[in-house]
Amino acid sequence: MTLPLFFFYVFSAIAVASAVMVVAARNPVHAVLFLILVFFNAAGLFMLAGAEFLSLILIVVYVGAVAVLFLFVVMMLDVDFASLRSGMLQYAPIGVVVGLVLLIELLLVAGSFVVSPEVASASVLPINNGVDNTKALGLVLYTRYVFLFQGAGAVLLVAMIGAIVLTLRHRPNVKRQDPVKQVARRASETMEVVKVKSGQGL
Amino acid sequence: MGLGIGLGHYLTVAAILFTLGVFGIFLNRKNIIVILMSVELILLAVNLNLVAFSAQLNDLQGQVFALLILTVAAAEAAIGLAVLVTFFRNRGTIAVEDVNMMKG
Repeated sequence: MTLPLFFFYVFSAIAVASAVMVVAARNPVHAVLFLILVFFNAAGLFMLAGAEFLSLILIVVYVGAVAVLFLFVVMMLDVDFASLRSGMLQYAPIGVVVGLVLLIELLLVAGSFVVSPEVASASVLPINNGVDNTKALGLVLYTRYVFLFQGAGAVLLVAMIGAIVLTLRHRPNVKRQDPVKQVARRASETMEVVKVKSGQGL
Repeated sequence: MGLGIGLGHYLTVAAILFTLGVFGIFLNRKNIIVILMSVELILLAVNLNLVAFSAQLNDLQGQVFALLILTVAAAEAAIGLAVLVTFFRNRGTIAVEDVNMMKG
């Protein structure tokens, strides 16, 4: 057994075991933590396949952003998770049946097809081993796929604005700063010079 | 691809992860947070397939596509959780079966 193959088995075994725990964990916080473990091991698998940039992006984006977002939501919402688990096993049998059929079908497909030798020579963007993976991705992402890149940026922008619009709320009875009102104030409206005779007061 | 690791290895792992994601949707059909996590698992399995084929066929296109899927998955998680927070604020629950207000 070669060293890469050994690491492949280690990464994939931990990833699959953690994925089982994600769907089966009793506590959603544990599920999120196992999801992070799945992503870490998937990043290892990406690295073994030579996709270094994607591997590190997976850690940055998923572990750094998405998983933390999940943790935030799980901890912020005061949800009675025990009641959500009632009747959980009711649909387990049909889930097992559907999952097994799906898995067997996928494995039959994965095990039976062969890649035609002409396909490898007809690759659109051949991987040049002399260029770093990150550099190679950047060379095509900003030139050939620039519109897809812009589209991805637009998707993220829409997601950001959508999330803000959905969750922002203006509560009454909360004092807020109103810059327009502040700037529009004039000295003549707010100040009055009063002559006060000595000894009399106002 | 590394020594001794074939396309079939990667496809098998991705198939198992995909199936676990689908199974998670069936198993936790009341808890929408775990359903969202299962969707993330499914998208990860797809990405694994794309990267494996990219390495096998010596073509960078698969990695570009996986990068775009990663973006969409992150946006989907953000929007899904925002909807979840808003719904919880209004109804005080996140059980999927209570989400029936839009029924005609």
